[in-house]
Amino acid sequence: MRGIEQSLAQFNASGIRPVAISVDSPEVSRDLTQQAGYTFTFLSDPQAETIRKYDLVHAGAGINGQDIARPAEFLLDSSATVRWVNLTENYWVRARPEQILEAANKLR
Amino acid sequence: MKKFNWMIWAGFLLSVIAFLSYPTFFVRFAATRDFPWANLLLFVVAGVLTLIGIRRAFAADRPHPKRSKAAGATLALLSVLVLSFFVFSVFIMSRWLPASTGAPRVGQKAPDFTLTDQSGKPVSLGDLLTSPVDGKIPRGVLLIFYRGYW
Repeated sequence: MRGIEQSLAQFNASGIRPVAISVDSPEVSRDLTQQAGYTFTFLSDPQAETIRKYDLVHAGAGINGQDIARPAEFLLDSSATVRWVNLTENYWVRARPEQILEAANKLR
Repeated sequence: MKKFNWMIWAGFLLSVIAFLSYPTFFVRFAATRDFPWANLLLFVVAGVLTLIGIRRAFAADRPHPKRSKAAGATLALLSVLVLSFFVFSVFIMSRWLPASTGAPRVGQKAPDFTLTDQSGKPVSLGDLLTSPVDGKIPRGVLLIFYRGYW
């Protein structure tokens, strides 16, 4: 997230809107974005319904055994078609902004 | 100087720092996050200090040989445990992720959704694709799913 925020100007220049999604409540996301200074959209999916639709549920992996999202990134074009995907195999290893921007610059 | 075996303590403390500095500091930078070489380097230094400390703890000239050996062995064991836990959580446990074979693939349409944003406002995928950013309609949307802070 920190990397995305730091590269926000490049994302804007490429016409890409970054959006973060997790099971966190809007209040938790609001506190996080305020504390960390994140200025892009954070969406709350507390029942993991959308996370389930995208087949990204990591069952019981939350701190109280709740279902959470496994990390994943999707780049969609203006018709909501997936143009690039990253499903990491290790949650410490995330897509780098420059990788995503390279894919973004190939969108028409 | 011979009384206090600071090497073994330094080795143990450094191994704790090597472990804690990964989630708290080194994950902030892609270069030290994707492979935790900075932390492994700290563990190597901690290991060298521990080895020197062990030799010292078992040296013949210790004022309290029993206590010295017990403390040395305990701290060395704790340092090894810290390293094991680090390896387990960074290289093994973090890979326990679902395969997500049903996740949308390149060329497929992303499922629609309406979720609440951090200001409490409902936002749909359609809104994200069509509402302007800096006065321009976006060319695309990057969805970042993350584990959350619960």
